[in-house]
Amino acid sequence: MTDEKTIIESSFDRVYRKRRLIQKSLFLLFRLAALINCAGLFLVVSFIALKGYKAISWEFLTQPPIDSMTKGGILPCIVGTLCLGIGSIIVALPIGVASAIYLNEYASPGRFLRLIRLGISNLAGVPSVVFGLFGFAFFVVYLKMGESILAGVLTLASLTLPVIIGSTEEALKSVPDTYREASLALGATRWQTIYRVVLPAALPGTLTGAILGLSRAAGETAPIMFTAAVFFTPGLPGSVFDKIMAMPYHIYVLATAGTNIEATRPLQYGTALLLIAMVLGMNLVAIIWRSVLRKRMK
Amino acid sequence: MTEDYKIRASHLNFYYGNAQALYDISINIKPSRVTALIGPSGCGKSTFLRCLNRMNDLIPISRVEGEIMLDNININDPSVDVVMLRRRVGMVFQKPNPFPKSIFENVAYGLKVNGVKDKAFIERRVEESLKKAALWDEVKDRIHQSALMLSGGQQQRLCIARAMAVEPEVLLMDEPASALDPIATQKIEDLIGELKQYYTIIIVTHNMQQAARVSDMTAFFYMGKLIEMDETDTLFTRPGLKQTEDYITGRFG
Repeated sequence: MTDEKTIIESSFDRVYRKRRLIQKSLFLLFRLAALINCAGLFLVVSFIALKGYKAISWEFLTQPPIDSMTKGGILPCIVGTLCLGIGSIIVALPIGVASAIYLNEYASPGRFLRLIRLGISNLAGVPSVVFGLFGFAFFVVYLKMGESILAGVLTLASLTLPVIIGSTEEALKSVPDTYREASLALGATRWQTIYRVVLPAALPGTLTGAILGLSRAAGETAPIMFTAAVFFTPGLPGSVFDKIMAMPYHIYVLATAGTNIEATRPLQYGTALLLIAMVLGMNLVAIIWRSVLRKRMK
Repeated sequence: MTEDYKIRASHLNFYYGNAQALYDISINIKPSRVTALIGPSGCGKSTFLRCLNRMNDLIPISRVEGEIMLDNININDPSVDVVMLRRRVGMVFQKPNPFPKSIFENVAYGLKVNGVKDKAFIERRVEESLKKAALWDEVKDRIHQSALMLSGGQQQRLCIARAMAVEPEVLLMDEPASALDPIATQKIEDLIGELKQYYTIIIVTHNMQQAARVSDMTAFFYMGKLIEMDETDTLFTRPGLKQTEDYITGRFG
């Protein structure tokens, strides 16, 4: 009896140690993987910050470039990027939210719905340069918009649509069905239920999607290089049919095709730093806004 | 002796896809009484309850046959507006499900979606409903705070107040106390006794003592069939069928 007991206990002991070892080392591995992520972000940001902070000045933020882009500021690029980013959200958000509502709240499951979903997820996987070519062929040439803010906005909107639809759908799915039932049982129509109960509850998630879409749109180069962005404009844009400068394209041009690539290095890093700061800033605003909304709901 | 019934279901069959959930249910519900539906899990009592305000419409593959008359309208008739039906037949769910809005907004919701604009009227009705639900004294000082701050029992009474605010004629309750502690349950049961003077109440419950305590009539469901229905006192003391007796004495189910 005692023999058996010791056998069991010693084997338990051995296995226990082994299991603990496996668990500990695996978690260590996972932690490492997570750290690599953070380290990557940290490296990129700090590298750009170190190289770029000297370029940032009041003049840099408020003046147009001068002396063949080697001096001066990037005001037109900042304005251009804001126009493109905000414009594309204004176009994509209503369409994206409406699509997500249709897909999640109204459409009955079937082949048609599967087809639409397939389309959307494929759209999300299309490389951004393909969106650029599409925008050029369709908006710029076929619809005769020319290279313009409008064409760029619409191209970027097509690019961000799947992002917005996806996150809005997730947000709608996370609204408990009990809310819908309670509302319908009180004699509300389906639309009233969506408008008054489901959408407010899904707002934080929708917002996150919108901001993610916005920051993606702000950072893209390929979709705007054929549709909206140019190397240099003498002033700020006056209408949606004007061509504009934009930060990502500005970096690309300065780094690859400028008249004096080495001389503009600090400007390139400065622009990159500002772009990152803008995108992070937008994300921060979204996070704060979302937590305020969540708190108000509780 | 002819008697008026609020609801008359006859030869009701209900299907989820190919699976039949209710078999030939015929049942008459008296007005201003509490009717309890009892039976083991999956016996169809909740499904039946949800037929009465057509909540099952939300399930795309569901299908209903037979007739349910509310007063003298057939509620499944294509000419019946389901939105109007649900205003007349209110529902309280198993788990308290207040909206993530203020207490006031929760109770006012049904009035607002039904087009009531008069603010003074809404305020009056919210107060009345909360009083009827025996919640007013506990919340009158924080009526504009979130309903999610309330305890589970208070939330359920809020849901009852919310359902009553649109003045339904029938109140369906799907195990309204099953997620609550005994004290909160007691309050809900007292409330049901109070409310039957205003409404025809149909309550689904797993708890046989509860059915015996709160209801006037009891219907026993088993495997999608209505086995027996009688005055509650009679059904619990002298059940007509062996099957019913076995269930209420706890021999199965």
